[in-house]
Amino acid sequence: MEILVCVRRVPDTSENEIQLNSTGNDIERDDLVYSVNEPDNYAVEEALQIAAKNGGNVTVVTVGTDEDEEVLRREMAMGANQGVLLSDDAFNGSDGKGIATILKAFVQKGKYDLVLTGIQAEDGGAQVGGMLAALLDYPFASLVNSITVLDGSKLKVGREIEGGNREMNEIDLPCVLSIQTGINEPRYVGMRGIRQVASVEIPTYGASDLGIATTAVGEAGARVKRVDYFVSALGKGAEILQGSREEIINKLIELMKAKGGMN
Amino acid sequence: MARIFAYIVHKGGVADDSAAELVAAARTIDPAATPVAIVTGCGTELDAVCESLRTSYAEVWKVANQALTDPNAELIRQALVKVVPGGSIVLVPHAHFGIDLSPGLSIKLNAAFVSDVVGIEGVEGTSLKLVRQEFGGQVSAHVRCDTSTGAVLNLRPGAFKPQGAAINGVVVDKSAETGTLTAKRRYLETVTAEAGDVDITKHAVLVSVGRGIQEKDNIAIAEELAETLGAAVSCSRPVVDAKWLPKSRQVGSSGQTVKPKVYMACGISGSFQHLAGIKGNPFIVAINKNPKAPFFQVADVGIVADILEFLPELTNKIRETRGASV
Repeated sequence: MEILVCVRRVPDTSENEIQLNSTGNDIERDDLVYSVNEPDNYAVEEALQIAAKNGGNVTVVTVGTDEDEEVLRREMAMGANQGVLLSDDAFNGSDGKGIATILKAFVQKGKYDLVLTGIQAEDGGAQVGGMLAALLDYPFASLVNSITVLDGSKLKVGREIEGGNREMNEIDLPCVLSIQTGINEPRYVGMRGIRQVASVEIPTYGASDLGIATTAVGEAGARVKRVDYFVSALGKGAEILQGSREEIINKLIELMKAKGGMN
Repeated sequence: MARIFAYIVHKGGVADDSAAELVAAARTIDPAATPVAIVTGCGTELDAVCESLRTSYAEVWKVANQALTDPNAELIRQALVKVVPGGSIVLVPHAHFGIDLSPGLSIKLNAAFVSDVVGIEGVEGTSLKLVRQEFGGQVSAHVRCDTSTGAVLNLRPGAFKPQGAAINGVVVDKSAETGTLTAKRRYLETVTAEAGDVDITKHAVLVSVGRGIQEKDNIAIAEELAETLGAAVSCSRPVVDAKWLPKSRQVGSSGQTVKPKVYMACGISGSFQHLAGIKGNPFIVAINKNPKAPFFQVADVGIVADILEFLPELTNKIRETRGASV
């Protein structure tokens, strides 16, 4: 089975406090720690497991710049057979549909049975997988947390729905699935693995290679544009306990007693 | 102004709470709008849902088809593409079904798409100014959406407050417009969650841990505090993803809904999916080393500290206090 996994490099929210820059038009990007978008990593692991069981190859692809090559290499160190970078100045400022349009052009250059994405990116909106499927006229399932290969033509997939329940579906290949975290346990990638793929060439394709009209993607094609960032409060805000550690603990114990949190 | 449609999610003949929220959101986009509810399904359950919506929607479009009995986004999308006029704004609740449906629907309607909208700030011609949250709720963003060829907007459940007096709407049967529906994806069954060793929904006090617990062995720190308090240990999604606790301990929209008296959120950032699982207005204590953690915005009391240090100290202090009073 030929599997394509679409991945993204994003600021890692478990490693960073995300703050606004001084002008408020973006987040402060200096000193941010970037990593592969977490659900995408689960998608790659799932692809590797399916390929190991059923044969086939795993290709990882991202839309971005040279800086994004590091996540392709990371996923190749995990075991992906090849990485591909889709990069062009004309791609800058793409909205979700723009990214899906670029990916569609790449998918159509090859022959993939299965296309996986992560369910969502830290700053994104759980959109590219569903859009890509619709552009390709492939069937789609989101929030996928189990995949069983039934035969060469279809899969059985579980979707995570409310209350810990799982919705089971049968889906024809080729299809697009967006993968939920927790579907597997992504393998560890060591420095040694990264070094082994450090010099592997990563093919790069631009708009003309992919036959994409530059008006359909990037800033020009975007109907959804971010204007600025700001900080808003969800609620009234907590009373932050101040003082020494001991004072804080004493105050908390008092409050817990008052609120029925301890006897 | 574009017509506004609300896609109604329903189950067992009852409309989801989001139905009332979508009307409110539609009025925010256009105070003069008469939003239309679209309900797909079949049989008496569908009829019951349509009937119940007449008090909040002036028009309820009923789309009945045997193929729409089960929640298959591919089939429902086909039906909507046939029924919804071009250029419309379609509102959908941002939950598991909306995530399945809307991105593809926007492509087939040639409409713009914005997901997980939490606010609507204004309209200028065919440009909508919307609010989203990014990076797990640490920052918000204004987004401009060009609605000139229509838009599909996924709205976060709970973000728009229902409002407005009851009206007397009509049900319009649009079933004949769908034609034959076929899909390359087939619904099989819904498998219900397995019961766990501990029922976190039955506990008055929860010590809930998130990514900040860092590794499986540290769960013991939370277990000790919980034992001291007579509480249970629950958790957020990353802890289940890492297989440190079973799924039955997860609080959130894809896990359990809990109603404790006291909820201690330890090293949990506070995503909306997690917060959606906390009901009954408990006293919330948030402990997190990141002062920007969204949980501090909704908690009653916050402590900026590393839980790996703080929780054992708290446990010891409680034990000391108890020891002294015996």
